[in-house]
Amino acid sequence: MRVSLTLGLLLAGMALALALVSAIWTPHDIQAMALADKLNPPSPKHWLGTDQFGRDILSMLMVGARTTIAVALVAVGIGMAFGVPLGLWAAAVSGSGLDQAIMRGNDLIFAFPSLVIAILITAVFGPSAINAILAIGIFNIPVFARVTRAGALPLWTLDYVRAARIAGKGAARISLEHLLPNLMNLLIVQGTIQFSLGILAEAGLSYVGLGAQPPTPSWGRMLAEAQTLFAIAPHVAIFPGLAIVLTVLGLNLAGDGLRDALDPRLRRAR
Amino acid sequence: MTRYILRQMLSLILSLVVASLVIFAMIEVIPGDPASFMLGLNARPETIAALRDQMGLNDPLPLRYLHWLGGMLTGDFGTSYTYKVPVADLIADRIVVSLPLALYALVLAMAVAVPVGLLAAVRRGRVPDLATMGVAQVGVALPNFWFAMLLVLVLAVRLRWFPAGGFPGWSDPAAALKALTLPAIALALPQAAILARVLRSALIETLDQDYIRTARAKGLSRSQTILRHAFRNALIPTLTILGMQFSFLLAGAIIIENVFYLPGLGRLTFQAITQRDLIVVESVVMLLVFAVIAVTFLVDLTYALADPRLRRQG
Repeated sequence: MRVSLTLGLLLAGMALALALVSAIWTPHDIQAMALADKLNPPSPKHWLGTDQFGRDILSMLMVGARTTIAVALVAVGIGMAFGVPLGLWAAAVSGSGLDQAIMRGNDLIFAFPSLVIAILITAVFGPSAINAILAIGIFNIPVFARVTRAGALPLWTLDYVRAARIAGKGAARISLEHLLPNLMNLLIVQGTIQFSLGILAEAGLSYVGLGAQPPTPSWGRMLAEAQTLFAIAPHVAIFPGLAIVLTVLGLNLAGDGLRDALDPRLRRAR
Repeated sequence: MTRYILRQMLSLILSLVVASLVIFAMIEVIPGDPASFMLGLNARPETIAALRDQMGLNDPLPLRYLHWLGGMLTGDFGTSYTYKVPVADLIADRIVVSLPLALYALVLAMAVAVPVGLLAAVRRGRVPDLATMGVAQVGVALPNFWFAMLLVLVLAVRLRWFPAGGFPGWSDPAAALKALTLPAIALALPQAAILARVLRSALIETLDQDYIRTARAKGLSRSQTILRHAFRNALIPTLTILGMQFSFLLAGAIIIENVFYLPGLGRLTFQAITQRDLIVVESVVMLLVFAVIAVTFLVDLTYALADPRLRRQG
């Protein structure tokens, strides 16, 4: 399983590197339109070809990676920022009415078809990258709350947690100082998975026009623009799609690999 | 068992009420007055006021909520602001595309996932397992709308085996199915990948159980053991995932319909969003949420029927 972790980190790292490099350098200027060069297939000058405005697709992909990755990453951040405290809280008062209320609330969000609600949110507040982040982020909250609660519950019965209790520490301090560090593995793995799902979700939302708006490039928007062109110039659709697949694949492989590396008990099961 | 069903029913109804409140509240937040939108820019203030009155927009919020809810319970979803026809008719027109598409995709996903998952589990750790699970990894990472574009490029544009988009209607069932085939494949593949992985790990887990060894020891052949004992037990977790996937399929259908220009619920929703036809958006979203919650409920029930341990807990 080491192979999957290495390959995964390599692929995901590549996407991240492209996004970072694009902040200081891209092969071509994506603002510059060159209509004489429009829809060129890949060539030594434009490695991945050009789009309908003659813009370099590799450069667009690099800048687009920034949007796509930022949206997915911040959405994971939102999910963790709200979900982890909720999960810790529910575990600390497990079995009580409050725990029930938190978990039922989570179930409710789970029951909603996430994309449909994302569509509703963007329909109500207008399409933008920010609203896409919110829409995706909200659905990360119950995921992290569940994982955190499930992970924290068994820890509460451990001796050192009991000792901390007897020593007079409150539930909040115990959760923060003793439970959270032990849940980090779990959260990192779940974070990787949600990150990859977020990239797919951003692509989907942007594709239907509910994510990043022009002129901000994103992988999903590039595919949306390719929609009417791919029959005559397949490369405008193929490369942004490949970028999504490779990044998501990388994150999934890294997530699987990390889970195995961090939790040896699971290795037997595969 | 009856108590379990009642409890589940209660939570089903609670979920629906909360969902309807959320949707209603969100639509309320949207700026813009539907009445002035319907009448256009040159409408006189009195006309707008009269229409607002007629549409019940001047009623207090709780009353409007109850009115909307009551209407939906009796099949009256209101009248579309832009099409000027009952929303129920619009939905009925479009659902004959979206629902068959989602079901078609579900069947395809099962047809691929069950044999693949079985094969991978039985040949665990060997070439068939590694190969199919490698493909499944890629399948999970595929955005279905991009996969749809590739399908169109190869099977419709180059090979001309399938139409690239549009829907001829159900008067010619063969042509209709043909038009839905590429969208269904695009929807089904990523779901098939997930299903195959779940089925494989569920099967591997059951194959390690003592009762499997017992079955083999009492003389059942390997394939009999797998089909009669392991497979049936492994289907239970798979069924849960399948129920969850129904919501992905419905939502996915919304995007896929855009790739293939299919006149389904998804296209209706997007047109309604751009035209600010909020009553249509509201109704379609509520309907989708209802479908998902209802399917989850049914899956829970089947689960309880298949696994008596769950009933006692409930």
